[in-house]
Amino acid sequence: MKKEFMKKFAVVMLSLVMVFAMAACGGSSGGSSDSGSESAEAVLYVGATGPLTGGASFYGNAVKQGAMIAAEEINASETEFRIEFRMEDDEADGEKAVNAYHVLQDWGVQVVLGSVTTGSCVAVAGETFEDRVFEITPSASSSDVTNGKDNVFQVCFTDPNQGKTAANTILELYPDAKVAAIYNNSDPYSTGIFNAFKAEMEANGKELVEAATYPDDTNADYSAQLTACKSAGADVVLLPIYYTPASVILKQAADMGYEPTFFGLDGLDGILDMEGFDTSLAEGVMLMTPFNPWSDDAKVAEFVKKYQDAYGELPNQFAADGYDTMYVIYETFKAAGCTTDMSNEEICDAMVAAITGGFSYDGVTGEGMTWSTDGTVSKDPVVVVIKDGQYQDR
Amino acid sequence: MIFLTNLINGLSLGSVYAIIALGYTMVYGISKMLNFAHGDVIMVGAYISFCGTSYLGLPAWVSVVLAMAVCTALGIIIEGLAYRPLRGTGSLAVLITAIGVSYFLQNAALLIWGSAPKVFTSVFSGMGSSIRLFDGGLTVTWEAVFTLLIAILIMILMTMFTTRTKMGKAMRAVSEDNGAARLMGINVNSTISMTFAIGSALAAVAGVLLCSAYPALMPTTGAMPGIKAFTAAVFGGIGSIPGAMLGGILIGVIEVFGRAYISTELSDTIVFGVLIIVLLVKPTGLLGKKITEKV
Amino acid sequence: MKKITSKGLSPYRKNEIISYGIAILGFAVISVLRSLGMVSSSLQGQLVPICAYVIMAVSLNLVVGISGELSLGHAGFMSVGAYTGIVVSGIMGTMGAADPVRFFAAVIAGALAAGVAGFLIGIPVLRLRGDYLAIVTLAFGEIIKNIMNIVYAGIDENGFHISTKSDYGLSAEGRMLLNGPMGATQVDRISTFFYGFILVMVTLFVVQNILNSRQGRAIMACRDNRIASESIGLNVMKNKLMAFTVSSALAGMGGVLFGLNYSTLLPIKFNFNTSILILVFVVLGGLGNIWGSMIAAIVLTVLPEALRQFADYRMLVYAVVLIVVMIATYNPAIRSRVSAFAEKYLRRKKPDAAPAEGGAD
Repeated sequence: MKKEFMKKFAVVMLSLVMVFAMAACGGSSGGSSDSGSESAEAVLYVGATGPLTGGASFYGNAVKQGAMIAAEEINASETEFRIEFRMEDDEADGEKAVNAYHVLQDWGVQVVLGSVTTGSCVAVAGETFEDRVFEITPSASSSDVTNGKDNVFQVCFTDPNQGKTAANTILELYPDAKVAAIYNNSDPYSTGIFNAFKAEMEANGKELVEAATYPDDTNADYSAQLTACKSAGADVVLLPIYYTPASVILKQAADMGYEPTFFGLDGLDGILDMEGFDTSLAEGVMLMTPFNPWSDDAKVAEFVKKYQDAYGELPNQFAADGYDTMYVIYETFKAAGCTTDMSNEEICDAMVAAITGGFSYDGVTGEGMTWSTDGTVSKDPVVVVIKDGQYQDR
Repeated sequence: MIFLTNLINGLSLGSVYAIIALGYTMVYGISKMLNFAHGDVIMVGAYISFCGTSYLGLPAWVSVVLAMAVCTALGIIIEGLAYRPLRGTGSLAVLITAIGVSYFLQNAALLIWGSAPKVFTSVFSGMGSSIRLFDGGLTVTWEAVFTLLIAILIMILMTMFTTRTKMGKAMRAVSEDNGAARLMGINVNSTISMTFAIGSALAAVAGVLLCSAYPALMPTTGAMPGIKAFTAAVFGGIGSIPGAMLGGILIGVIEVFGRAYISTELSDTIVFGVLIIVLLVKPTGLLGKKITEKV
Repeated sequence: MKKITSKGLSPYRKNEIISYGIAILGFAVISVLRSLGMVSSSLQGQLVPICAYVIMAVSLNLVVGISGELSLGHAGFMSVGAYTGIVVSGIMGTMGAADPVRFFAAVIAGALAAGVAGFLIGIPVLRLRGDYLAIVTLAFGEIIKNIMNIVYAGIDENGFHISTKSDYGLSAEGRMLLNGPMGATQVDRISTFFYGFILVMVTLFVVQNILNSRQGRAIMACRDNRIASESIGLNVMKNKLMAFTVSSALAGMGGVLFGLNYSTLLPIKFNFNTSILILVFVVLGGLGNIWGSMIAAIVLTVLPEALRQFADYRMLVYAVVLIVVMIATYNPAIRSRVSAFAEKYLRRKKPDAAPAEGGAD
């Protein structure tokens, strides 16, 4: 008993030391990074949270890489201050995201870029709203992100907006088609789009012939869902999901000889760059995306080239959103006349006023983006069709 | 026809679960531990095979052998480093260590292969497109056919191995009574290592088959099938080789039928609900041994 | 069973004092440091989750350590508590109740709901043994998560609505409480560290009093030898069910504390991984050791944050630390060496007969 006790006692002491060491480190790190910068130049601390490990880490890493390219470009041309960008891992989990945000606070974050995923973003937005920190997310598209928070903005379009546009596009292109959907019913993004899509379809007097769900993106088998859609005779199948499950769905559909028109949303973007993916499976798939890496737009081409040079892969929509978001932060910051020595609250108020007051931005994910006071962006989803392994206008 | 399609899909999914469950059950039988890292060994096997075909340009079957070899080594290393020091300290401590190993493998895979999902090229892609019957009314993929055949083959081989060979008998002896087996001159350590080696080699096969049929490959690919296969192993009676096979197939079929005929929203609830009911009626699984308690 | 040591304190009593001591000391030190502004916001933000995880770990210890049943679905009860609490707090919020009233009403409701769930699930589950019981708790945990994914609830001028469909006719002025897979959004964050501390103390009080009671000894007797206990007339099932129900209710309480600390809560949070995480706290802290669970919960909650400097290698390091600590704690050879070391340098009076730790499997 005693020996055990002593050993456990040592554990207690060690852990307490660790906790306090952490408290102390955390307390001082905000200051140290200020004084650590060699020159006296001003620094704008932009912090982000996103999944860098775990199942959704691909999205987090893409946003991070896109934002880093933008930050480098800005730092190369801006003379008055420098942007310091730091992204902390949140594993796409609300609790970890709030932890990550607090770590960023200790670092001295002034503007929050993020979070990447919806659940994390809603959690972090609750904190930034109370702390008065300006936040703009590249990719968290649920309307819960911005709802009731004047300091939070989105660069991507919202889920309901996407669902509605998808419904209208399908109604316009295929007025007589039987429409079905397969979506992830444990994912806010997927369910958000689906619910809006279904409501819009029904408002136009059209019932879905089948609405099949699956519980998890790591789910393996979609054959039952596809069989249900096939036997319901669906000609158009909406896939408001991410591309990883979609790649399996496309393969399984091809295996069973089922060839409807698959209609994806921005989550499907990236499917063509999957290593080992047989792009012929995606031939004829329609999707809505704000970003086309094959576009001949000069700005896009330049970004794509830089991204490929840096990371050896094509940027997807998440990377493009990350890139644009960093620029939106930068330009809003300048437009608001902020300086880096202002308090977070002053910066927040000034930037909110600036971004909603006639600010407009041309980026790689859209031209002439403006923001309304409810935090949503005005840009129209573009429907493209996959042809010859590329996005083409339909 | 829809019924047949669903049945085939269920059998195909179920046979993947069955092969994974075989690995679970063998390891459980001998060391009485729930090896939660098993699902992640599957993922490693699939990645190795992917690298073999995509980066080294090896033929599919060579890459499968390579994956089996790597996983076998991995299984022995994991057992020796992480589980052996805790042998005889109760299954909970090893369970937590297994979870640690699972985190380790997932995060190591993330660092090595990156977070972007990869699309696994089916090892049966050389066989041409799927088999169409009844004018295309029913399609059966080669993956489904081979997965089922391989699962049955493995089950037969494993049953023969454990009943006919010396090593197999040693395994059964150790799983029956570790101490008595030692007294009979069986090298318990090497027998357990052997079991992990075989279990991990099976995991590599399972990984290749899983990803051939459902091609998205990520560091977390093995997690959910791992849990389902664990369920399957318990369902059939953990420790029993035919039980794992039966449990795996049934879980696969129930999952697909549940989705097809009851509700896609609640398919997992249906699978787990059936499991609960079966265990309440037969508390040691379908083919599990009745445990008599000693006072 | 009760052995009086030379100091006149039973081992139970001593452990009890250590547990309360850790809670009170921890609260006092952090409170002082906070008032001095010496706590980083990173640690500040973790105070409430730490309390919630301590509650979860201590309550799971009642089932796994003390009652000896491996449960892999503890997060399910946490989610029942959390969502019940959020709904109650939301409803009371629209009625304009004060925060402390709302919080504790939510806690009571959450604990009751989780306790009822635990009781109902416990009746079938506890008939099973060992790993079969484990898999069924896992199954129930997954089922609860699956069901939470399709529950929609809201409150408007027509009263409270609950449905499994997203379009259940909530009026535009209504307040959405539960939104299927989006979980709860726009939760009023009314949990505080002080409430967390109170709930930790309540949990410790309940669990340690059970431990120290006739019933607690009966539960442990059933764990150590089921047949012998039955033969002397103990109602094994009843005792285990009691422990399971209390543990679920406490988990529900922890869930409320956790849920009301974030502005949003997704059902997927309460998956198998979270159940496992809590189990890791319990096993690492020592089965049946209450303050061990507390320490393990605190350390393992802080650890991933403390490892952020390792960036991409963070979770890899975490995994290695977990494996190494498990081996160091449980490996017989290392244990005896540590004991010998302690014997030599920390010479004390003769060791008591140590209870078999890690023996409940």
